[in-house]
Amino acid sequence: MSLALEVRDLNKFFGGLHATRNVSMAVPKGELHAVIGPNGAGKTTLISQLFGELRPNSGQVLVDGRDVTHRPVHERAGLGMARSFQITTLVRDLSVGENVILALLARRGHAGRFWRRVDRNAELQDAAGLALARIGMDPSHLPRRVSDLSHGEQRLLELAIALVGEPSLILLDEPMAGLGSEESRAMTRLLAQLKGKTTVLLVEHDMEAVFELADRLTVLVRGEVVAVGTPDQIRNDERVREAYLGEDA
Amino acid sequence: MPNTIPARARPAMLTSRAVQARAADRDLVAAFVLLALLAATPLVLSAFGQEFWTDVVLRAMILAIAAASLNFLIGLGGLVSLGHAAFLGIGGYATGILADFDIDNGFIQLAAVLGASALFALVTGMVALRTKGVHFIMITLAFAQMVYFTMIGLRQFGGDDGLTINYTSMFGGFDLGRKDTLYYVVLAVLAVVMLGYARLRKSDFGLLLKAAKGNERRVSAVGFDPYRYRLAAYVVAGMTCALAGFLDANFTSFVTPGSMSWITSAELIFIVIVGGVATICGPIVGALVFLLIEEIMGGVTVYWHFWFGLFLIAIVLFARNGLVGLLTGGRR
Amino acid sequence: MDTVLFANQLLNGIQLGLILFLLAAGLSLVFGIMDFINLAHGVFYMIGAYVCASIAIASGSFVLGIVIALPVTLAFGLAAEWLIVRHFYKRDHLDQVLATFGMVLCADTAVKYFWGPQGLSVPLPAWLSGQISLAGVTLPGYRLFITVVAAAVAIALWQVIARTRVGMMVRASASNEEMARALGIETRMVFALVFAIGAVLAAIAGIMVAPITGASIGMGNQVVILALVVIIIGGIGSIFGAFVAAIGVGLIDTLGRAYLPTILGAVFSPSVASSAGPSLASILIYVTMTLVLIFRPSGLFPPANR
Ligand SMILES: Nc1ncnc2c1ncn2[C@@H]1O[C@H](COP(=O)(O)OP(=O)(O)OP(=O)(O)O)[C@@H](O)[C@H]1O
Ligand SMILES: [Mg+2]
Repeated sequence: MSLALEVRDLNKFFGGLHATRNVSMAVPKGELHAVIGPNGAGKTTLISQLFGELRPNSGQVLVDGRDVTHRPVHERAGLGMARSFQITTLVRDLSVGENVILALLARRGHAGRFWRRVDRNAELQDAAGLALARIGMDPSHLPRRVSDLSHGEQRLLELAIALVGEPSLILLDEPMAGLGSEESRAMTRLLAQLKGKTTVLLVEHDMEAVFELADRLTVLVRGEVVAVGTPDQIRNDERVREAYLGEDA
Repeated sequence: MPNTIPARARPAMLTSRAVQARAADRDLVAAFVLLALLAATPLVLSAFGQEFWTDVVLRAMILAIAAASLNFLIGLGGLVSLGHAAFLGIGGYATGILADFDIDNGFIQLAAVLGASALFALVTGMVALRTKGVHFIMITLAFAQMVYFTMIGLRQFGGDDGLTINYTSMFGGFDLGRKDTLYYVVLAVLAVVMLGYARLRKSDFGLLLKAAKGNERRVSAVGFDPYRYRLAAYVVAGMTCALAGFLDANFTSFVTPGSMSWITSAELIFIVIVGGVATICGPIVGALVFLLIEEIMGGVTVYWHFWFGLFLIAIVLFARNGLVGLLTGGRR
Repeated sequence: MDTVLFANQLLNGIQLGLILFLLAAGLSLVFGIMDFINLAHGVFYMIGAYVCASIAIASGSFVLGIVIALPVTLAFGLAAEWLIVRHFYKRDHLDQVLATFGMVLCADTAVKYFWGPQGLSVPLPAWLSGQISLAGVTLPGYRLFITVVAAAVAIALWQVIARTRVGMMVRASASNEEMARALGIETRMVFALVFAIGAVLAAIAGIMVAPITGASIGMGNQVVILALVVIIIGGIGSIFGAFVAAIGVGLIDTLGRAYLPTILGAVFSPSVASSAGPSLASILIYVTMTLVLIFRPSGLFPPANR
């Protein structure tokens, strides 16, 4: 099976802090791969390097076999990558619809036309409604300002935007951060629907959700991969218990 | 009435979004009313023998075109340039220098104005748009100062004293400099710029710029390169402002380095803010207020700049949406 | 090359650099600590020059002019901070640019109202107007005086910020306002103090140049832009950076004005060269800033704590 994502010997330094240490990973197409690790382990730093927002000091990132290490973010998105952010990253003073349409335009390869009106384009509005429907949000939310949404709604919208245009590789950074238990369960169900359809790299602290969803997991501690395996293997891995689960318990 | 909400999804309650949409509509309606009033102005004023005020309004319209181009950058793109007046000067000098070489063909002049400004915007924009915030303010200022000092240094084109333009632009048999027709040409350009802006801000391009202003990370994450669109906006704005410089050269038959000083750039920002950032009517309202204060207060006291400065501080402190924002109740 | 002329130009360059530093230091602190871009900084430069000039003309004593002008500018600085500036610390740079531009308009007009549209020329006391011979080179005494005073102020400022308790509070407020407040530092007081000290430094600069260029309306408006350029080149918030950049800009400007016409004269006609030379010197300064922004966006010496 071909790899959707391959990481070779990635290293990142923040001054003296070695935030990513020789990380190598291989994620086959269609896998839901979770990355777990304690706070400050370097999960977000890793995702940002995969997506191109941070430049690694050394190492390579390959997507679909293509070396993207030196490609800028927007080109990686053009190659079918998408990410969600741990800290909600939406355009707060635009409407929900405008945020979704922005992603729609990008995914369709529109180069931003000068004249076509987006607000009167029924087709775009419908597509935006569908994107919301996919994450179980009513299209009546489209005209609302993002800053008026609840935190849970913003997390959902963040996911909806990541899903726009059927990306082939989705990087999700703690989609459940700050959600209540009910909302978390809903999010878990949504993520479960993605399984098999697309490749997902999921960073998440909610262990219940992670072990339920993941095909395989990578455990990151202090920037280093300490274990890789199926949920069962990870549960029973001594080093993981010591280094990570033990700390948590 | 334009409607930003798809019919089947329209909520019964008026959301803040809808309030905003209504403010935008009033802004557009006001734009049409203002343009109609401006069209009638010369007739009314000449009926009362007040041709002087027609010239004031004409100057305001030229300033409004320049301010509208800056409003496009600030309002949509969040790009605060403190060097926008450079484009006014480029437009003026491109016209004046050609006229100095006895080329009064308007088409050639216009091509030179647009070409020179586009080139300048492209080159400086490529550098400036790599920077953010106060660095962007300073680097745009730096580029404007470079042009400013260049023109001061070029003695053969008047240097410090400015360049007198002996020929106005000829478009075939049509003389752009004729005062009776110039007014309507400027009005037409202003109308195109204002309505063009109204359209742009609702377009794909406008959405992209607004989004990049609000959250650049999000825009890159979905797959757009904000830099490219900002550069396009910067070039369009620069060319539009240079067009105002071209019209001004035909109106005053004169261009000075002073038209490119940072004080002029700051005045353009003033016009944009006082009128109302990101509104259609803001630039013309701001420009009219600016010139009316100058003319009326200037007639009362030579110290009118003092009150002007206070007014400016008060506007920034208390009326953050500018005058148009106050009247239409929109939010910035 | 004429060494006496060159030595004089060098001194002029350093002296301009030191004047710029006095302006830039305050601007940089205000910018670095309060994140406030102050186009009105040149106003204090002008007020210092005017107050000192009037007193000096009326009393015949330049020193008395200085002694009175400094507290007067301090008061103006505190008043401006309290009435207007402090409301803009948390606003965006656009609002700050506009509000301080408004302050420039007010101040220029007020000066015109009180002193008239003509500038003032400031008489130099006899003991400063002579020539001084140093190692066989004759230099104008007053320029030497400026250089010494400005250098002394620069060193004093440096010491205050690096060594004293007040300096510690300023540095703490600059690096982390929340933290400083948690440590019990009255950041509002610190801000007012920093702003007022910046105003006084600008006034010293204005007083120093007044006998050379005279005091005139709007004298601060071009120089404040140069001071802004200096802090961008030096690194916002860095006193040392401001110092190095100010001297650099002073030298580029002075030596450029002095020698570029000659250099250009080798290629162009003398009239072209003499008018283009000074412009080219000014342009060089902006080119320098642009290059710094491209290759070192946070300036040559960004403060460590940012
Ligand atoms: N831009 C940065 N500059 C300096 N250090 C950074 C930067 N970003 C992250 N770090 C540091 O790198 C380490 C890894 O941070 P990262 O955010 O990747 O952790 P994480 O695994 O995502 O943590 P969490 O579970 O809390 O989200 C932390 O020690 C953090 O302080
Ligand atoms: Mg994280």
